[in-house]
Amino acid sequence: MAAPLLVHNSAPAVDVLIREAHVLDPRAGIDEARDVLVRGGVVAEIGPAGSIAAPDQAEVVEAQGRHLFPAFVDPHVHLRTPGQEHKEDLETGTRAGAAGGFCALLAMPNTDPVLDSAPLLRSVRDAAARDARIPVGFMPAVTRGMNGMELSEMAELREEGAAGFTDDGRPVVSAGMLRKALQYQRLCGGVIALHEEDPTLSGKGAMHEGDVSAQLGVTGIPSISESTMVARDALIAEYEAGRIHVQHLSARESVQALADAKARGVPITGEASPHHLCLTHEAVRTLDTRMKMNPPLRTEEDRQALIDGLRSGVIDCIATDHAPHARDEKEVPFEQAPMGTTGLETSFAAIYTNLVLPGVLTLELLVRRLSDGAALFALPTPRIAPGEPANLTLVDLDREWVVGDGGYESRSANCCFDGRTLHGKVLLTIAAGTLAFRARQLEVVR
Amino acid sequence: MKHLVSVEDLTRADIERICDRAASFSEVADREIKKVPALRGRTVLNLFYEASTRTRSSFELAAKRLSADVVNFSASGSSVEKGESLKDTVLTLGAHKPDAIVIRTPWAGAAELVAGWTPASIINAGDGKHEHPTQALLDVHTLRQRLGGLDGLNIWIVGDVLHSRVARSDIMAFQKMGAKVTLAGPPTLIPRGIEAMGCEVRYTLDDLGQADVVYALRMQNERMDESWIPSIREYAHWYQVNGRRLGPKQVLMHPGPVNRGVELSAEVVDSPQAVITAQVAAGVVVRMAVLYEVLAHVPSATRTPEGVPA
Repeated sequence: MAAPLLVHNSAPAVDVLIREAHVLDPRAGIDEARDVLVRGGVVAEIGPAGSIAAPDQAEVVEAQGRHLFPAFVDPHVHLRTPGQEHKEDLETGTRAGAAGGFCALLAMPNTDPVLDSAPLLRSVRDAAARDARIPVGFMPAVTRGMNGMELSEMAELREEGAAGFTDDGRPVVSAGMLRKALQYQRLCGGVIALHEEDPTLSGKGAMHEGDVSAQLGVTGIPSISESTMVARDALIAEYEAGRIHVQHLSARESVQALADAKARGVPITGEASPHHLCLTHEAVRTLDTRMKMNPPLRTEEDRQALIDGLRSGVIDCIATDHAPHARDEKEVPFEQAPMGTTGLETSFAAIYTNLVLPGVLTLELLVRRLSDGAALFALPTPRIAPGEPANLTLVDLDREWVVGDGGYESRSANCCFDGRTLHGKVLLTIAAGTLAFRARQLEVVR
Repeated sequence: MKHLVSVEDLTRADIERICDRAASFSEVADREIKKVPALRGRTVLNLFYEASTRTRSSFELAAKRLSADVVNFSASGSSVEKGESLKDTVLTLGAHKPDAIVIRTPWAGAAELVAGWTPASIINAGDGKHEHPTQALLDVHTLRQRLGGLDGLNIWIVGDVLHSRVARSDIMAFQKMGAKVTLAGPPTLIPRGIEAMGCEVRYTLDDLGQADVVYALRMQNERMDESWIPSIREYAHWYQVNGRRLGPKQVLMHPGPVNRGVELSAEVVDSPQAVITAQVAAGVVVRMAVLYEVLAHVPSATRTPEGVPA
């Protein structure tokens, strides 16, 4: 019997009545003002607005005019434990997740040491059972030390609760290696998530190769470094009938390669990040190191292709690729800075502000795509329905806030949206039936 | 003007003002006592993270001719080798209250970054492959001296544009001064998307005859190691500016140091069309003008910068 995929600390289950919030759960078909009663961490009752009387001991949250969504699930975050706790740890990372409205995260293995063995997985899961404010799952490395040369002990890792496998941060460069991993997947299961990059094309690149990089004299990362690998890996997955997931798509051609593969029936899924959906390489002109990430911010055409892919379902879900770095690591010239932006605390608001408010995407689609990642990795999909564990996020869509004002829950501040005014603030997050986050200003009646 | 970090920030009027002042400083170089007291009591710090002989000595000479005190700091053999960050180096050296810091680094945007960390004026002496604004100014100055102005000129920049900060600054400066810029070089060494800067791109020198000015870039031997070109020999065959390709009315420029026999043949280097030594001489007077521009109109070291940590 394999271990459960998600672990978190044991906080008390909540009893709370959320009164008159606009409940939007596209999967449950709810889109109207309701009362939602949570008892013992489980959704006990959903009734018309104002219909449910508060039971004794239950906290009452007056939520008129606010929106209640099924909480979000992020299949791609870097929690930096073990070894890089100066950037983030399980406590701060899950706190950031809760503040962003998430009820589950999947952590990447590019830690120090690399998460590539069962004893190590056991130890981080033990740590998560102590420190994680919301449920966390782990994606160990496909190859030992992420060296791209030898398989990790995938079957044993699965027994210990590996949610899937990835060498994220690096590509699986060798086609032969990926093929073996996909063959071995038949024994143990577990989606193989791929950071798609051909290092012979990306080289020492630090931003998207295009007119902006040409003018800045910064070495570019061409879009073909990603798209050729998506196309290649889709063919390998097709041949082996292996299940792959392509991470943080950035280029139009990659979306096309994913669409083509899906049309052929390849078991492949893909994700896009809030920063690739909201920003382009124009944001890199000032050489702000918060705008340096891998894959890089690309052109407006690429961004539009990602939006179209998200809308059509070619891209299955939103994933933040939350990648915290310490201040001193980012406070250096652009070309010296490490790649990555934080994203957990801003994902909903960034996309809501940049894509939903202007009418590009519907709120319903955003809410859906922010938890569609769960099912791809066999995690439970949050639902607002009686009998379901309470995974809820309460959002004030009208609340404007300046990113970074008042600091971050994350240990790191390298957020590409820092200083921008966003709409939509998470007020309350209930994850796995426990209170994970509450904004300080939230009024509580009792 | 507080800083000079990018040609992008300059207007045509700025460029003309600096070049006019450089012309007036030329006269100082011909005196027996080559010194004026314009910046007496001011301190100029040369902070160089890359090897440089000509640019650094040119700045040093420029500062000294304006009677400023000069401190040279090079990264090799310094605290940088002990792992000190750029920020800490700048804060440490900034504690000595230099009025201007002339900085060269291998990193794009470093000069601009440093401008946020110190109250001193920052002069970018080269940031990675990004910009080298004083080179562009001295190139404009040289052309104004030689041809009177740049309006309507056809200027061809030939060679390794990809790795050249000189090319990027020159493209902008020449265009701001009214010239039309064409880039020519091996396709592997022309950055994708550079046309967006408003220049034409050619892969041969077949039409080099259209140029009023030919600006050859230095071809570095190490470019062969990464297979940017098959061989220096083949490069020279296709892209060398030589007596066969250079017309008698064309002006030849080069940022130095020249590889004779590679990007330029010996006979064109020594030809009357070449203004390469005039460029070197312009380097000192233009840098005098730049130092004067950023320092002369403000009182010394009493300014508080914006956004500098207390």
